[in-house]
Amino acid sequence: MEKNLYGVMAEFDTATELVDAARKTRDAGYTKTDAFSPFPLHEIDEALGIKRSILPIMVFFGGIAGFITGIGLQVFVHYIDYPLNVGGRPYLSFPSMVPPAFELTILFAGFTAVFGMLFLNGLPRPYHPAFNVPRFALATREKFFLIIEGTDPKFEYDGVKSFMVSLGPQEVFDVDE
Amino acid sequence: MQDLKEIQDRVYPPMVEGDHSFGTVSDKIGDLALKKKTPFFWFIGFGIAFMVAQLLLISSSYLLVKGIGIFGTNQPVGWAFPIINFVWWIGIGHAGTLISAILLLLNQKWRTSINRFAEAMTLFAVACAAIFPVLHTGRPWLAAYWLFPYPNTMGIWPQFRSPLIWDVFAVSTYATISLLFWYVGLIPDLATLRDRAKNKYFKFIYAILSWGWRGSARHWHRYEIAYLILAGISTPLVLSVHSIVSLDFAVSQIPGWHATIFPPYFVAGAIFAGFAMVLILCIPLRAWYNMKDFITDTHLIYMGKIMLATGLIVVYGYAMEAYFGWYSASEYEWFMVKNRIWNGPYWMFYWFLIFCNGVSIQFLWFKRFRESPFWLFIISLIVSLGMWLERFVIVVTSLNRDFLPSSWAMYSPTFWDISLFVGTLGMFFSLVFLFVRFLPVISIFEVRTLLPEANVHGHQQDFEENVLEVEYTYDKTDPPNPKVDLP
Repeated sequence: MEKNLYGVMAEFDTATELVDAARKTRDAGYTKTDAFSPFPLHEIDEALGIKRSILPIMVFFGGIAGFITGIGLQVFVHYIDYPLNVGGRPYLSFPSMVPPAFELTILFAGFTAVFGMLFLNGLPRPYHPAFNVPRFALATREKFFLIIEGTDPKFEYDGVKSFMVSLGPQEVFDVDE
Repeated sequence: MQDLKEIQDRVYPPMVEGDHSFGTVSDKIGDLALKKKTPFFWFIGFGIAFMVAQLLLISSSYLLVKGIGIFGTNQPVGWAFPIINFVWWIGIGHAGTLISAILLLLNQKWRTSINRFAEAMTLFAVACAAIFPVLHTGRPWLAAYWLFPYPNTMGIWPQFRSPLIWDVFAVSTYATISLLFWYVGLIPDLATLRDRAKNKYFKFIYAILSWGWRGSARHWHRYEIAYLILAGISTPLVLSVHSIVSLDFAVSQIPGWHATIFPPYFVAGAIFAGFAMVLILCIPLRAWYNMKDFITDTHLIYMGKIMLATGLIVVYGYAMEAYFGWYSASEYEWFMVKNRIWNGPYWMFYWFLIFCNGVSIQFLWFKRFRESPFWLFIISLIVSLGMWLERFVIVVTSLNRDFLPSSWAMYSPTFWDISLFVGTLGMFFSLVFLFVRFLPVISIFEVRTLLPEANVHGHQQDFEENVLEVEYTYDKTDPPNPKVDLP
């Protein structure tokens, strides 16, 4: 049975209990951990030791790429490929290039934010071992869960199990792979 | 402690009323989409809306067969119903983005229970808006190379110096980002529906749509960053979209269009019209579906206040338009003002517009009207009509008497002008009804965060402690201060 074990999961009733338990888990030296809640909990980032994501930096470069695309497209169209004299105005009139370049900046940044977030989160992932616990369906409704994964360097089944029980959860589950 | 509760409710009105927990919130909102039985009024409402939407099908088919000669558009009124309807619809969309993005950045908690369907409203309104510029070309299959820069066999490109091309970029970006924002917000709620659905097929569909969301803390961390960034970039986006729409007019030299006040004036008008539409949708919704716990009277009052504020900005815009006409000392500008307000054939529309957008909202100064859903609903209907009239007045009165008296002409819409517009109304409400039936109309996970249990270590209590401290300090003052005025 231990061969197919993904991790050990504990269920909590309230957000406060989950955050306290997560903090103890981190202090006990476990690193391959995760918490599940029906809504975002800001305190959990610090309690679990989650590092700040690089997503904002990705979005910044996404936006820059959009701006360069916008300017590049217009320079190519109106200056390089097909210069067209309209009322004697200059071929490279920067002010008129601002709106399309601005919109493409936003578009590329938005795409980077959404798909970057999904990519970093490893989504879409329709199957996950956590779903093997029947009560885990409540994680999207009202309950809070904490998991220590089997890949944790300190993982040792009996120790983790008794540690989890010591956190005072509603119930402790073995999560099958 | 009872007094304390009262004070707290006055300072921070509760955004969720009734006795709710995480579970009941999930059930109550989720069940709207999941329960088997569809309410009878849904069939009536959807049936009517869907029948009206057939007008759109008929009118656009006829348009494609006959060409745009079926419209009343003429010379000099070369822009008429299609642009009026386009601007009206796109403006309505703006309230959705304001609620979801700007109010999120401003940390306004009351946005939480109305943002979902306001965003859906944005999407549907933008879809209706996009129909007009595409169809008014008469030959939309040829419009692709006018609108989008792609290397075509003719070797020609769109003209990037034209506001009409800026419009293409602005509106398509706006539609895309609104869709992303709405969908990202839906992911955790779709996961809730997935875990609650009994029907195998629905469960499968919700599972696919929720991308395997499981509420992991690491996921939430990135999710919130992405959501905040989307809000941050949507804010300048929404302001830019209607500014660019207004540039369609302002960049031209027609009197009455060529005004620098247009961008802010259009944005305010857009938000004004959009809040009216949000109220038109949410007042029946909360009554029929019994959602008064989540869309409370406080929400309606706040929306009424925003409508009043943006409405006053719009009225200021009308005043400035007239003033600019006079102050410009340009014969044509001043003639246009006279023509629009009292001397021209469409003066009645102007005053009807002033009544709808200027006079009707003055009732919102009074608490009685703000607190009554019935009156808010009526005023919202009047404002929606008024904002449509505003675009009619701007477009038609500026064009029908331009520089050369020999080319003056009257404009009146034909049956097909009107049927196409009414058809989009049908499409809009059909989409709203479908949305209400199959997706969570209120953001479930965000409403959960409004409940007191969502505060780790009871941060809610901070308020009570502070208040107690204040009272304690005041008790020691001499002479004793019996009544404490709290912020």
